[in-house]
Amino acid sequence: MNKPKHPLLWTIVFTIVSIAYMYPIVLVIINSFKGKVFISSEPFSLPDAETFVGWENYTRGVALTDFFSSFGWSLVITLGSAALILLCTSMTAWWIVRADTRYAKTLYTTFLLNLVVPFQMVMFTLSWLTDFLGLGNPFGLWIIYLGFGAGLAVFIFTGFVKSIPLEIEEAATIDGCGPVRTFFQVVLPIMKPAVITVGILEVMWLWNDYLLPYLTLDLKHYKTIPIAVQYLKGGYGSIDMGAMMGILVLAMIPVIVFYLVSQRHIISGVVAGAVKG
Amino acid sequence: MKRTLIRWGWLFTGPTLIAFMIGFVVPFVLGVYLSFTRFTTVTNSTWVGFDNYLGVFADGTFVHSLWYTAAFAIVTTVVINVAAFAVAYMLVKAFRGANLFRSVFFMPNLIGGIVLGYIWMLLLNGLLGIWARSITFSATYGFWGMVALMCWQQIGYMMVIYIAGLQSIPGELIESAEMDGASRSQTLWNIIIPLVMPSITVCTFLTITNGFKMFDQNLALTNGAPSRLSELLALNIYNTFYARTGFEGVGQAKAVVFLLIVAVIALIQNRLARSKETQA
Repeated sequence: MNKPKHPLLWTIVFTIVSIAYMYPIVLVIINSFKGKVFISSEPFSLPDAETFVGWENYTRGVALTDFFSSFGWSLVITLGSAALILLCTSMTAWWIVRADTRYAKTLYTTFLLNLVVPFQMVMFTLSWLTDFLGLGNPFGLWIIYLGFGAGLAVFIFTGFVKSIPLEIEEAATIDGCGPVRTFFQVVLPIMKPAVITVGILEVMWLWNDYLLPYLTLDLKHYKTIPIAVQYLKGGYGSIDMGAMMGILVLAMIPVIVFYLVSQRHIISGVVAGAVKG
Repeated sequence: MKRTLIRWGWLFTGPTLIAFMIGFVVPFVLGVYLSFTRFTTVTNSTWVGFDNYLGVFADGTFVHSLWYTAAFAIVTTVVINVAAFAVAYMLVKAFRGANLFRSVFFMPNLIGGIVLGYIWMLLLNGLLGIWARSITFSATYGFWGMVALMCWQQIGYMMVIYIAGLQSIPGELIESAEMDGASRSQTLWNIIIPLVMPSITVCTFLTITNGFKMFDQNLALTNGAPSRLSELLALNIYNTFYARTGFEGVGQAKAVVFLLIVAVIALIQNRLARSKETQA
């Protein structure tokens, strides 16, 4: 594309815009070090000798929400569900494309339906069924997430499998591989870029999902980070703003770390997901 | 080979299918059925025909939230796409820091809706506090507050898709347009925009459906206040289920109506997209 006339000007303009863009996050960090009464009365001022409270908001927030246990369950649910989704749906997608039976076609069409259905449609019945089957724990949630998240994953994977030349798999068969070995030793390594794409999209969804775990989990024993944050609100809008600021910062740290570590994959995953979707 | 493959179908599709039944198919079918019944739990339903559907449109809060959500989805779709395209258009030019700026704009996307809601509650209540008001003062404040939040969250995501679209345009096309004496705006309108049509399609589809489905941010930022006037559709349905006993059937019927709205949008979008896309 065309070159700009004033490169330095653009850099300056975007530096200013970027700083403004990050301001909401900076504001939360600033306020997390102020006493809770000062957060509502003077949110835009920096902490000073009078308003500064050190780590107090963080320690109180962690105690009020049992933050680290929520963090652990969020991690267990996100990683377990994502791994299960990647393994099972990549197998299913490959089989759907290659077996190409009537059953495979029906299955694929139902998966497509899953893509358009909003969660509210199954909200009530899914929470009942989860309870009925005793799946209201982090491990049961792996199965629920595999079920509700299958549509998108299968859709992206089938699109990718169609672009893999059949000859490679035929060669594996001639060399004596059965379908299972062909899939795991030949197909799955080829599918790696699609696995990364789907993995990124699923992790972004799973980690931040609020309503599904809220309605299905046994909340006496398990909470995820979004649930812990929402619990700070308490009855009828009374919020301990100090603890809230501390928890918001703590909730953002894992996300920012994840972003810094896998930024390139995230961006390309989003692009690949959009092209296929 | 195919025959052996078919024999292994249970292994390849079995686990996904079982989970899909539990996590989607059974709740979906039960949900459609329950929308025609009166119930408090799944096991005590009695058939009432279309009564619940009549209740849906007799419910003033639902009709209000339907228009409120439609307006919200339209405004956010326009603002997000125009802004995301403009930022992407500038960021594909080579200048210092372009990659860093991309990362900055994308970042808010990874933060979950609940957390985003409280971040913006702090910022907006702080600003409105200057006039001794808060975000829950009126539905209009809630509306624009959620628009601001949604734009902040999604501009970066759509920008990334637009950047990919812009980068796939062959440079020779733009050069030859310039050689033919086309002005910058002529190149933009007659060459660049038609060629990024696939990205525009995807992004408008995503922003419209995201607007209609938004829940977490609404719950955290305003929770429908004042008096359920800032309730988007998803929150309205949720409150019908869990904040009003005796209205579960109506809630389920609302969910079916909601599904139909989203499905129709998806269908129209798909139709329009196919007719507009230009090959490079």
